[in-house]
Amino acid sequence: MAISMEDVEHVARLARLALSCEEKETMRRQLSDVLEHAHRISDLDTEGVPPTSRVVPLVNVFREDVVRPSITPGEAIGNAGWAEEGAFRVPRIV
Amino acid sequence: MDIINRDALAIAELIRKREISAVAVTTAFLERIRDVETTVNAYINVACDEAVRRAERIDGMLAEGRDPGPFAGVPIAVKDLLSTRGFTTTCGSRMLENFVPVYDATVVERVDGAGMVMLGKANMDEFAMGSSTENSYFGPTRNPWDPDTVPGGSSGGSAAAVSAGEAPWALGSDTGGSIRQPASLCGIVGMKPTYGLVSRYGLVAFASSLDQVGPMARTVPDCAALLGVIAGNDPMDSTSIPVEKVDYTGSLDGEVRGLKVGVVKEISSRGIDEGVLERFQAAVSNLEGLGMEVEEITLPSFEYALSAYYVIAPAEASSNLARFDGVRYGFRASAEGEDIWEMYDRTRSMGFGNEVKRRIMLGTYALSAGYYDAYYAQAQKVRTLIVRDFERAYRTCDVLVSPTSPSVAFRLGEKVDDPLTMYLSDMCTIPVNLAGIPAISLPCGLSDGMPVGFQVMGPALGEATVLNVAYALEGAIGFDERPPLSTSK
Repeated sequence: MAISMEDVEHVARLARLALSCEEKETMRRQLSDVLEHAHRISDLDTEGVPPTSRVVPLVNVFREDVVRPSITPGEAIGNAGWAEEGAFRVPRIV
Repeated sequence: MDIINRDALAIAELIRKREISAVAVTTAFLERIRDVETTVNAYINVACDEAVRRAERIDGMLAEGRDPGPFAGVPIAVKDLLSTRGFTTTCGSRMLENFVPVYDATVVERVDGAGMVMLGKANMDEFAMGSSTENSYFGPTRNPWDPDTVPGGSSGGSAAAVSAGEAPWALGSDTGGSIRQPASLCGIVGMKPTYGLVSRYGLVAFASSLDQVGPMARTVPDCAALLGVIAGNDPMDSTSIPVEKVDYTGSLDGEVRGLKVGVVKEISSRGIDEGVLERFQAAVSNLEGLGMEVEEITLPSFEYALSAYYVIAPAEASSNLARFDGVRYGFRASAEGEDIWEMYDRTRSMGFGNEVKRRIMLGTYALSAGYYDAYYAQAQKVRTLIVRDFERAYRTCDVLVSPTSPSVAFRLGEKVDDPLTMYLSDMCTIPVNLAGIPAISLPCGLSDGMPVGFQVMGPALGEATVLNVAYALEGAIGFDERPPLSTSK
């Protein structure tokens, strides 16, 4: 289950990770190893077996929509690397 | 006996009877931390001042005749992925190096409500991804039994702290074995509860369908008591099971005669080190000696559990960790003139360590177009087969057993560059997480001077039985060894 350098670059783009050339090569080798092991699951016959969606038998947990105490705007932006006038700042988008 | 060598229930009793003050207890543990931390590195941040101030308040309440809670003044270490209001919560990552939560995790609130004193935040593999605590941005934790070896992971800091007498008990979290495997390698007791028994509110998410918070302690009764504090429904976690509180301590009577034990063949033979197998088999004989009926049981899907896990857990992680974008909290890389996409890429590349990047890549691959059916969808079907195998086993067995880890503690650096070999450390613990059931690891002896762990697994919400079997076995084995570190100053 060897994966190609193009696969690595494509997945890194999807995951928003910038990898160096050296990191990409290590990643290609290590991911190939792990995926080869993971691919063993295709040996199992799962015809008619439903996928697990949850392990506890709970469905649709609802609660009343009531106002409760919450954090302040100051607390909400307090951990931001870059904030201004009560808002998160980001580099230019367009 | 030194207070740092007493178990948590004994410490609670001494404080309640006012034979020792909460401040004296906290100070003794903080001194112990100062003495051994340069070797062990079990904590990322120690809450020296906060802990002493809190202990003073507890002593004040006791002096006034008020009730500060059932475990008033008992210190605790908290894994650094549980939110602590006003106290840094790093997750072992550069990404959250300076992150200060604005609310407490529910389990933190509960240990606080029981009167406990938090000593500090315990070291861990970054975002709980790892089996050795070598993936911490803040340096590896070392095993108190032999500082050249790892404590296991990802709750390696919690396990080492308890083992080295730097805390009487601790909170950990377990996604694929992260409580039980380090408990095994450090010679302590650790339990992963049924998925949904303990609230995940305020736990930094790794793989949300597998993560569960649990207790780590030196004895089974301590473990039961701490579980009793943290278990219970929480409206803040929609996967939390609405069940009545159970008195796990009250149901410990060691009466296990006639219970049926299944030794799981797939995780108790091939791939397990000889020294571990010897100790394991001796402990199985102990169970027979206690009047339990032992049989071997075959659960064929377990051969595929590790493969399924290393699809499902990274897939969930890649989604959960998408939130770390450098905007709202956490590390941010910034440079003049870059656009937002470059900022995201550089923040994530500099903020995450190698193992975290590896898992994000794996998960993203398994979920990407063209591979979803072969990996993620198939893994979730395999998961159903594992759940069914467990259900079948519990029709004839009360509990299932296996070694916790295929080997004793390995050397630092030995597996760090070989992810697949590292992942195999969790071969015995992973099926339990996939099925959402409870399991405990307790020490069953030494192999080459290093602790061996014994795993007892139960059906969903079968904690009381699992704890009782572990309690009976603990008594039969009489493991009372302590790491050599604990006798030196």
